[in-house]
Amino acid sequence: MTTRKRLVMTIYLLFLLVPIYWLLIMSFKSNQEILGGLTLWPENFTFDNYRVIFTDPSWYMGYLNSMSYVVLNMLISLAVALPAAYAFSRYRFLGDKHLFFWLLTNRMAPPAVFLLPFFQLYSSVGLFDTPLAVALAHCLFNVPLAVWILEGFMSGVPKEIDETAYIDGYSFPRFFLTLFIPMIRPGIGVTAFFCFMFSWVELLLARTLTSTEAKPIAAVMTRTVSASGIDWGVLAAAGALTLIPGILVIYFVRNHVAKGFALGRV
Amino acid sequence: MQRTHNNRAWWLVLPVVIVVAFSAIIPMMTVVNYSVQDIFDPSTRFFVGTEWYREILRDERLHDSLIRQFVYSFAVLAIEIPLGIAVALSMPRKGFMVSLCMILLALPLLIPWNVVGTIWQIIGREDIGLYGWALGQLGIDYNYASNPADAWVTVLVMDVWHWTSLVALLCYSGLRAIPDVYYQAARIDRASPWAVFRYIQLPKLKSVLLIGIMLRFMDSFMIYTEPFVLTGGGPGTTTTFLSQTLTQMAIGQFDLGRAAAFSLIYFLIILLVSWLFYTAMTHQDSDDA
Repeated sequence: MTTRKRLVMTIYLLFLLVPIYWLLIMSFKSNQEILGGLTLWPENFTFDNYRVIFTDPSWYMGYLNSMSYVVLNMLISLAVALPAAYAFSRYRFLGDKHLFFWLLTNRMAPPAVFLLPFFQLYSSVGLFDTPLAVALAHCLFNVPLAVWILEGFMSGVPKEIDETAYIDGYSFPRFFLTLFIPMIRPGIGVTAFFCFMFSWVELLLARTLTSTEAKPIAAVMTRTVSASGIDWGVLAAAGALTLIPGILVIYFVRNHVAKGFALGRV
Repeated sequence: MQRTHNNRAWWLVLPVVIVVAFSAIIPMMTVVNYSVQDIFDPSTRFFVGTEWYREILRDERLHDSLIRQFVYSFAVLAIEIPLGIAVALSMPRKGFMVSLCMILLALPLLIPWNVVGTIWQIIGREDIGLYGWALGQLGIDYNYASNPADAWVTVLVMDVWHWTSLVALLCYSGLRAIPDVYYQAARIDRASPWAVFRYIQLPKLKSVLLIGIMLRFMDSFMIYTEPFVLTGGGPGTTTTFLSQTLTQMAIGQFDLGRAAAFSLIYFLIILLVSWLFYTAMTHQDSDDA
């Protein structure tokens, strides 16, 4: 039984990692070697592709732009979702079920539907081509998700704790900030991770809402296609660099991420 | 949990409503507005009523793309759900290996979608990609850029690579929540591994599977970036799914009225399916309680 398990896992992880490995080694090859033939390990190990990215502002600014709207989105999502999730987990109020469903439908709206109106809306309020525009647009699918996950985690905290705190004379803000939030720290970590993840991987809206100033890395990557063909090496290096933030973030929440994937409901 | 009735809770929800409404309701109204007009340029527009809707519902190209989309989404579910369960069952039980497997599994989920397309664009090529090259060595004539069937399968395999981890991690967290007494009882009854799976693990996985199916259906129904980077929708229209047809119409041909009507119909389909899932899920929650 265990050997079969190990076999399934190994085969699946191989299937998973080989394409990533291929991207990584390609980023250390020169274009001649990439196009010249198949090699499992770079013959001439080179950092030239990375040098291109780290010395050209239009490349590395792409990473900084992406990071800035991702972090901004994470902060906005958490700030608005925390009180709302508390309300959904503790109280019944007029229209709560409909509101919850309405939020979820936004998680499910195809971004393609909103491309054009978003472009016009953010242009008309003067936010076009700023990280804030992308951060707000990503709230459309991240805030509902954040509310959903946090509500799951908060429902796991017994209500008696709230009541005891109020009897002890805590005001709501003080209770919420100093007692409640520390109790659901894992939930907040996981929510932050999910906001990060979905904002980091999204391209369609990020590309539509920016032109030059706030251009995300994903859009910069299309530059490698030129008249002389695709610059595979630089493309691979740029792709490899986009993996790093995700790996860093998931390391911090690895113990709670499974519960987060179940939206705090297990 | 017993929740008290308190309408002042609205104050806590208000920020969410404002943030989401800004990005949801104003654009939605714009789309509705477009969908009933014929727009030549910003100053020349005519009210045409429901004409775009009628045209959209008769449009052959959209029917094809809708059918392709449904076939694709169901293929995605049919592969990823069983595979995800299998991988979750194969997770190591404890120790350092658990964290390692989790991080490795989550890796594809953290890659920007266009990079996912790029990775598969490279590895599927018969000259510079390992998988494409290996298939060529096996004597299979494989080329995702010119052969429609190859392109379709490549997009599907890419999605399996990208998203099965999500299902696997969901199921893993569901499996971990099963109390050990269930397994002890099964041991006493000398239940076969299949019986343990069928009568203990699968029923307990129901709620996470529902979330998994819902998320996978929604996201595969809205897929855009990965096939766009990999195949550009081609060859022909084999891998042109709904989102891409819509973007072509709105941005490529600047056919605003028609694209807006299409958007709303697209949105309604998604809404209907979400409602079915949501009802099933809340029903499930009340069963558990």
